Amino acid sequence: MSFDFFPALLLLFFLGTSSLFLFRNNIIVVLMGIELMLLAVNLLLVSFSMLLDDLQGQLFALFILTVAAAESAIGLAILVVYYRLRGIIAIDYISSLKG
Amino acid sequence: MEPLVVLLPLFGSVLALLGGSRLGASAAVRITTGLVGFSLLLALIIFFRVAGDHTVLLIPLFSWWDLSLLRLSWGLLLDPLTALMLLVVLSISLLVHLYSAGYMAADPHRPRFFAYLSLFTFFMLVLVTAPNLPQLFVGWEGVGVCSYLLISFWFTRRQAGKSALKAMVVNRVGDLGLIAAMALLYRELGTLDLPTIFALAPSLSQSRLLFFGWSVSLATAVGLFMLLAAVGKSAQLGLHSWLPDAMEGPTPVSALIHAATMVTAGIFLLMRCSPLLELSSLALGAIALVGALTALFGATTGLFQNDLKRVVAYSTCSQLGYMAFACGLSAYTLGAFHLYNHAFFKALLFLGSGAVIHACADEQDMRRLGGLGRLLPFTYSAMLVGSLSLAGFPFLTGFYSKDLILEAALASPSPLAPFAYGLGVVSAFFTAFYSFRLLHLTFLSQPRAPRSTLIEAGSHEAVGPMLLALLPLAVASIFLGYLSRDLLVGAGTPFWGGSLVPLPGHLGQNWSEFLPLPMKLLPLFFSLVGGLSALAFHQLFYGLLLQFQLGQSGRSLFVLLNGRWLVDPIQNRLVVLPVLRFGYRVAFQSLDRGVIELLGPTGLARAFGCLSVAAARLQSGLVYHYVFLLVAGLTLVVGLVYFGTGYYLRWTFLLLALASTVPQSHVR
Repeated sequence: MSFDFFPALLLLFFLGTSSLFLFRNNIIVVLMGIELMLLAVNLLLVSFSMLLDDLQGQLFALFILTVAAAESAIGLAILVVYYRLRGIIAIDYISSLKG
Repeated sequence: MEPLVVLLPLFGSVLALLGGSRLGASAAVRITTGLVGFSLLLALIIFFRVAGDHTVLLIPLFSWWDLSLLRLSWGLLLDPLTALMLLVVLSISLLVHLYSAGYMAADPHRPRFFAYLSLFTFFMLVLVTAPNLPQLFVGWEGVGVCSYLLISFWFTRRQAGKSALKAMVVNRVGDLGLIAAMALLYRELGTLDLPTIFALAPSLSQSRLLFFGWSVSLATAVGLFMLLAAVGKSAQLGLHSWLPDAMEGPTPVSALIHAATMVTAGIFLLMRCSPLLELSSLALGAIALVGALTALFGATTGLFQNDLKRVVAYSTCSQLGYMAFACGLSAYTLGAFHLYNHAFFKALLFLGSGAVIHACADEQDMRRLGGLGRLLPFTYSAMLVGSLSLAGFPFLTGFYSKDLILEAALASPSPLAPFAYGLGVVSAFFTAFYSFRLLHLTFLSQPRAPRSTLIEAGSHEAVGPMLLALLPLAVASIFLGYLSRDLLVGAGTPFWGGSLVPLPGHLGQNWSEFLPLPMKLLPLFFSLVGGLSALAFHQLFYGLLLQFQLGQSGRSLFVLLNGRWLVDPIQNRLVVLPVLRFGYRVAFQSLDRGVIELLGPTGLARAFGCLSVAAARLQSGLVYHYVFLLVAGLTLVVGLVYFGTGYYLRWTFLLLALASTVPQSHVR
């Protein structure tokens, strides 16, 4: 197995990151971007685990998968509450919720 | 059985302290007194086993420390010296318990008082039975603590608290000596067990200690540190000032702790360590010098004190000086004999003073007593016996030990012996003088007490338990010296076994038999002249004495002696104040609250506060910032993969250097 997967997955991760600042007025896209980043990291972990012949990477991928599921659930719940509170789902001024 | 001797007073103390309120005061009194009495019975059995059979019992009880470098165990070392000390401590303690039952009858805190008394007895027994130095030190500190607790027993009195604190702090200086001696012995011999130390002692005089360019033999260094310990505990000149102040405590406490037992712990230490001290003539000379000076100092200071108990306290100081210089002249057996005798007649004097104080509504200024001989005939006779014994009147208890010490000083080959003898004889004169002055002012002269003190307060003779305690002490003060003289210091007595070891060349005691008769009678002559002159001056030529006291030179002498040679002000000015100032300005203000505080607790807490504020500022709530950090991290990782660590380390340092140039004022 070669190292070739690395740039492609890096690009995937960067796509997820770019959604954070390109689609600031839509919290759903931001959540999707986060999911994309997590999945890219998962893929990286699995690929590296194959490359290095180390099972720990796959183990971590499983953990991250679980956490990602919980995170998207919480994110969607926050979205619903945030929409009720504000009437919009843009996150430009979400920092005004800070205590 | 043997551990019980030591433990019974502890049981009594714990019972009285924890259960005193449940059991009631009189039950607590009975329990503690009974247990001390039982302990005394056991001590008698031990005395006959040890001293009668000439055996030494070394009983290990249980392990204390086992560090492989240092193995220590609690235990009992019962040799003749210990057996004698057990008898002294327990019999005086029993009588003082008994006496206190009457003396403290009106006090609401009797269980606490008796618990402290018993606890003191326990620690004193730990001290005298210790087979190793750390256990001795436990007892040494324990009696110090009990002394503190008992001096400040009436803790609402400000003076009592101050005196207790002074006793504790001054004793601390002496404790330092004992700790230093222990450290030196451990460094050199690797053990702290007394029998082992004594067996290895001769090697100490070979090795030398370099101390600020002085080279002294280790035996000398250890001996001098032991002397420092004894000076503190036994109130020798220099660290004596706590003893007279300790008279603020209840009188039975003064009798038990500050006359008969605790203050003799220092002398006991010197005797216990006789195999060590014998190796260094320098340390012995220092002990003799300090002892002789203390004897004179105590006796002269006692001359013009007005407080009844202070006079007796200074007399204790002086008698401890006699014991110390007896040890310094290698006459350890005489020191022990005097310790033993002194315990009884000094306890008698203190308890008699207590009876006077008790009878006169707590008045203890001799200028306001007087004429009590008719009112308190029994107390008067007890005090007379005690004073005569103290002054060394022939064939009373004090005579045998005190005169023997002076004779041994005359015959001793030590270069300091004539000096010690001279000071001892002069002190004997002063001792008799102040003893008879005390008797005259308190019992013989015209009554000077106000009517309210004597009659309306119901002045009465000691009765019940107080009488019961005074009686045996009075009998002992008359007969004990005569009865035990042959056993303890008779020529060639086998009593001491190997517990007191003077080097053969050092011993002057045997030669004292060959002194010319006039020389032997000299101390007696001085004592008689002292006593008679005191009576004459106060009874017949009082005007002459008064004229002398009011005259120019007489007045300054009087102030000097009444002011205790002005030792306290001098010590305060030269030692205490500079030390306090150093402690506050340097150690506390600059060091403790300064450097250490800044680098330690406060500074660290403040640094973490600043760091956490900086870290909290990272969480701005603005998504760009988070994304920036994310991308930056990503770039870092990618760079790490493609370029390796070395490349990045350089950049990291550059970045850190850049970040540190950002002015702080920009941030918030």
